[in-house]
Amino acid sequence: MAKTESTFKNMALSLTLIALGASASLGFVYELTKEPIALSVLNKKLNAIREVVPEFNNNPNEEMFRLSTGEGDSLEIYPAKKDGEIVGYAVNTFTNKGFSGYINLMAGFKPDGTIINISVLQQKETPGLGTKMTDPGFKDQFIDKNPSQFQLKVRKDGGPVDAITAATISSRAFCDAVQRAYNTLEKGGLK
Amino acid sequence: MNQMQNFTKGFFKENPILVLVLGTCPTLATTSSALNGMGMGIATTFVLLGSNVVISLLSGVIPDKVRIPAFIVIIASFVTIVDLVMQAYVPSLYEKLGIFIPLIVVNCIVLGRAEAFASKNSVLSSFFDGIGMGLGFTMALGIMGAFREIVGSGSIFGYKFISGDGILVFILAPGAFWVLGYLIALINRLKRT
Repeated sequence: MAKTESTFKNMALSLTLIALGASASLGFVYELTKEPIALSVLNKKLNAIREVVPEFNNNPNEEMFRLSTGEGDSLEIYPAKKDGEIVGYAVNTFTNKGFSGYINLMAGFKPDGTIINISVLQQKETPGLGTKMTDPGFKDQFIDKNPSQFQLKVRKDGGPVDAITAATISSRAFCDAVQRAYNTLEKGGLK
Repeated sequence: MNQMQNFTKGFFKENPILVLVLGTCPTLATTSSALNGMGMGIATTFVLLGSNVVISLLSGVIPDKVRIPAFIVIIASFVTIVDLVMQAYVPSLYEKLGIFIPLIVVNCIVLGRAEAFASKNSVLSSFFDGIGMGLGFTMALGIMGAFREIVGSGSIFGYKFISGDGILVFILAPGAFWVLGYLIALINRLKRT
């Protein structure tokens, strides 16, 4: 096959055409996958909410509001209501203190501030070590504890939380995220 | 070279990881379990296949001096397509592989095949080369992932067969280097006989 010569015109033309073709196909795929992506993100959120608060019959996603953490940030709060009565708050909380940075949790609180359950939405911790924060063995120790009496600190820092073996930093980060959720609720006068 | 050879050379004779030692970054990072490794391999296979075919189709049209940017644009488009499709239909795998899907763009295997093979050979040969290389990559990642998962966390494909932990170091980065090193040594030994 004869090669196209590398003249300026040929180079500019071929690159432009390739870029055009590439962007057209990308636009097409984007349109095609836009809905399934939004749906899977929403489903994941709703599942996480369902996991951390008691049974509800409102739509927490539509009644979501934001509360300031007091650190120049705000958290998403999803109120769960049963027949119009608040049964719990799901708080989308986070920390940047994980071993690999950002960790995103969904924490459920009763209206009095007691932790109902916690679900991990996103984490990049070390596989086999920090990732154990998603196991019931670690996070179940927070269930039914009220952070007003139950200090969110690992044993190494003088608290009551059993850290994951070889993943103290991840455990600390987990506590930090839950504490942030609790503080935000408290500040918002919701507990 | 016939088509069968184009297909099979990726598995053993020119296996991209074990013989050519290309694309070791995602190899080391994503093989902490068999499923992750194979997911990464299949995503790369799709990109390789698409980019090989398109690049061999366009090889007569693209002027030599701008071939690298042209290749990169084509490869990046396929990677973005894989990225979007995985995000939409297999969100759990997408989350585990995370940053390594977009990084297929700079994976040496893909650009390497484009430059060394697809731009000089027919569409059909490039097609078989892409599939063979991709599946060879998937196979190597699958073997590494399976081994690290069995030894490191005592499970295979997420199914646990011992209680408690395995030898944790195999899940971590050093374990990845060891397993890759011994696999390459094994292949070299086999090739000598």
